[in-house]
Amino acid sequence: MNHTTQLPDRRSARAGTGVATAAPPPAPARARRRPTSQQWAAWAFLAPVTLYLVLFYAYPLYRNIDLSLRHYTVRSFVQGDAPFTGLKNYETVFDDPTFAPALVHTVVFTAVCLVFQYVIGLALAVFFNQHFRLSATLRALFLVPWLLPLIVSASTWSWMLNSDSGIVNAALNAVGIGPVNWLTSPSWSLTSVIIANIWIGVPFNLVVLHSGLQSIPHSLYEAAALDGAGAWRRFWNITFPLLRPVSAITLLLGLVYTLKVFDIIWIMTKGGPADSSTTFATWSYRLGFGNLLPSFGPGAAVGNLLVVAALVFGLVYLRVQRKQYAS
Amino acid sequence: MNRTTGRRLTAVALTVVALATGTTACSSGGSSSAKGDDSGTYTLWDPYPQFAKDSAWAKLLDGCGSKAGVKVERTAFDTSDLTNKVLLAAQQDNSPDVLIVDNPVVSTLAEAGVLTTTDDNKLDTSKVDPNLLAAGQSGGKTYGTPIGANTLALYYNKEVLKAAGVDVASIKDWQSLTAALEKVKKAGKKGITFSAIGTEEGSFQFLPWFWGSGAKLTELDSAQGTSALSLWTDWLKKGYAPNSVINNTQTTSWQEFASGDYAFAENGTWQLANADKAGFDYGVLPIPASSGGNAAAPTGGEFVTVPVQGDTGRYATAQKLVTCLTSTENLYATDTTLSYVAPTSEVQDKQIAADAELKPWVEAVKAAKGRTSDDLGTKYPKISEQMWKAVQSALSGAQSPEDALGKAQSAVK
Repeated sequence: MNHTTQLPDRRSARAGTGVATAAPPPAPARARRRPTSQQWAAWAFLAPVTLYLVLFYAYPLYRNIDLSLRHYTVRSFVQGDAPFTGLKNYETVFDDPTFAPALVHTVVFTAVCLVFQYVIGLALAVFFNQHFRLSATLRALFLVPWLLPLIVSASTWSWMLNSDSGIVNAALNAVGIGPVNWLTSPSWSLTSVIIANIWIGVPFNLVVLHSGLQSIPHSLYEAAALDGAGAWRRFWNITFPLLRPVSAITLLLGLVYTLKVFDIIWIMTKGGPADSSTTFATWSYRLGFGNLLPSFGPGAAVGNLLVVAALVFGLVYLRVQRKQYAS
Repeated sequence: MNRTTGRRLTAVALTVVALATGTTACSSGGSSSAKGDDSGTYTLWDPYPQFAKDSAWAKLLDGCGSKAGVKVERTAFDTSDLTNKVLLAAQQDNSPDVLIVDNPVVSTLAEAGVLTTTDDNKLDTSKVDPNLLAAGQSGGKTYGTPIGANTLALYYNKEVLKAAGVDVASIKDWQSLTAALEKVKKAGKKGITFSAIGTEEGSFQFLPWFWGSGAKLTELDSAQGTSALSLWTDWLKKGYAPNSVINNTQTTSWQEFASGDYAFAENGTWQLANADKAGFDYGVLPIPASSGGNAAAPTGGEFVTVPVQGDTGRYATAQKLVTCLTSTENLYATDTTLSYVAPTSEVQDKQIAADAELKPWVEAVKAAKGRTSDDLGTKYPKISEQMWKAVQSALSGAQSPEDALGKAQSAVK
């Protein structure tokens, strides 16, 4: 749209509104049928976002749902004539012996990570809120895990946790504890990836909660201190309740991030040994890409289960928030 | 529900969906255009990202192109990406004119109808060793020609073996190998390292032992198969092999061997250049079979194939390009750069003449077997996945070798 066409448009629009407020317009029906230039402009502004959403979110999501409802073989994937099989892929996924362990691992991984990330993040946020010397510098240092590329941190963790030459086992050995097969024992692998993921997620919680703390008026603390409330009391009666909205969004975002964590697990254990650290995210990848013969249908089905899970928690968040506003 | 919550609901729903689809919707990503509009340009995809534009390989491609009177446009992919890229390209009718791809993938792509047979593309495969060509055959048809082959053998550290008092010539079967490992451990060194990671690499490394026991891929839980897995499991239990093998790739396994502490390492032809840099005296030994003789190791290496095109007129030029790439002199040059063994006897002789150290490797390649051979074709990937899972279960102690393989066999069916 250029200036020459825009100018008269704008004038007529102004005239139109002027008339509308002063007296009934001469031909209201016609005006309503044809969108005004303002509406056109609104649509034009909306178009890039809509296009972006459709191209990069709606269409892939539609394709993913479509993939999960068809029986794909490599041949039908190429020819594009995969037969529609309804929920067959989902049945395959539910009946798979990997399903139950993957579900348990996903729930445990997400829950444990969230709890520890939040608690440690909150503790650090309160700590750094004291504004002592170097607190800003230290806080910046705590951000490092968040800034590192995941492949770097995950590879470093897998070196550190190596059974034979890892620094963790060397340290344990120094204090007289026998070596632990962090990544290669079915009973430890999930713990190892959880530890690594907590380390990566703490800075995010720290930053968001710290900024939340700063919006709590200082006068409240002063008043409480005058009334004789101790540090514990002040935390539970002022900090925690006033931080609730920030906590809710931190936990929701953390949940979505944690549900889909893939890189760390894949780099550290490949979901193994023997599926002992397989979550839905790694399972979905393995079905679709981790084999010479990809099975796109079940892979997409597992992916959709993750999307649904994230969506459900999004709705739970909304309910909680609505209740908060109501009260 | 009021309007603001409604809007907020949509917003949260969209955010959540957006974040979650980030990981799940990769499968429907776009594909890059493989074909230029210019019909004088022919596209070639290879899994050799290590070769830059000014490498001998790239120059060879240009040379073959100008000989055929066309321009060759090359794209290099990471080998694990290539299968999906090719499938997507074929779906969009956008396949490259020439495709170089890892040999176990050939049968999958052939099954998908992506590749032309040698009947269509008129490639001459008569000089190629039949055991190598078998990996590219399925249903009685041939889908390409190997550019080179590699396989697995045992590297050994002469100093460590000498210190432990082990004579390499005494290692003839599994029993004598295990005895050697015991001696090495008693001498305070580490026994053997290999890769048992939960990917195709793990199956590739387990296969020589599996086949060496006399087992067949169609029956994973046979007594022979169990004996092969028990061999590995016992090595781990007794400390002859480190626990880290469960997570080792072939590269990390090599790094362990290169530390100089290990007596043996199961690894491939492609490590020869690194072995010379390792700083200790090493030797190479074919992997022994259970009761003597050499075990069949799986063949690695790529096939040169001609994907199906809408315009069948392109095959003639593609055939010229492939013939040029796999001509005797070019094979020699390429396989030397890749540290591969050539697929034809003619070039193999030339390689041995130039470097006598390659002799055990050429022998190993001659005894090697394609993973998709025995007409397994696209059944192989499924079997392989269950096999590496069973190996991981047994080595990590989650299940006994019998149970792990029994479970694997029932999952294949």
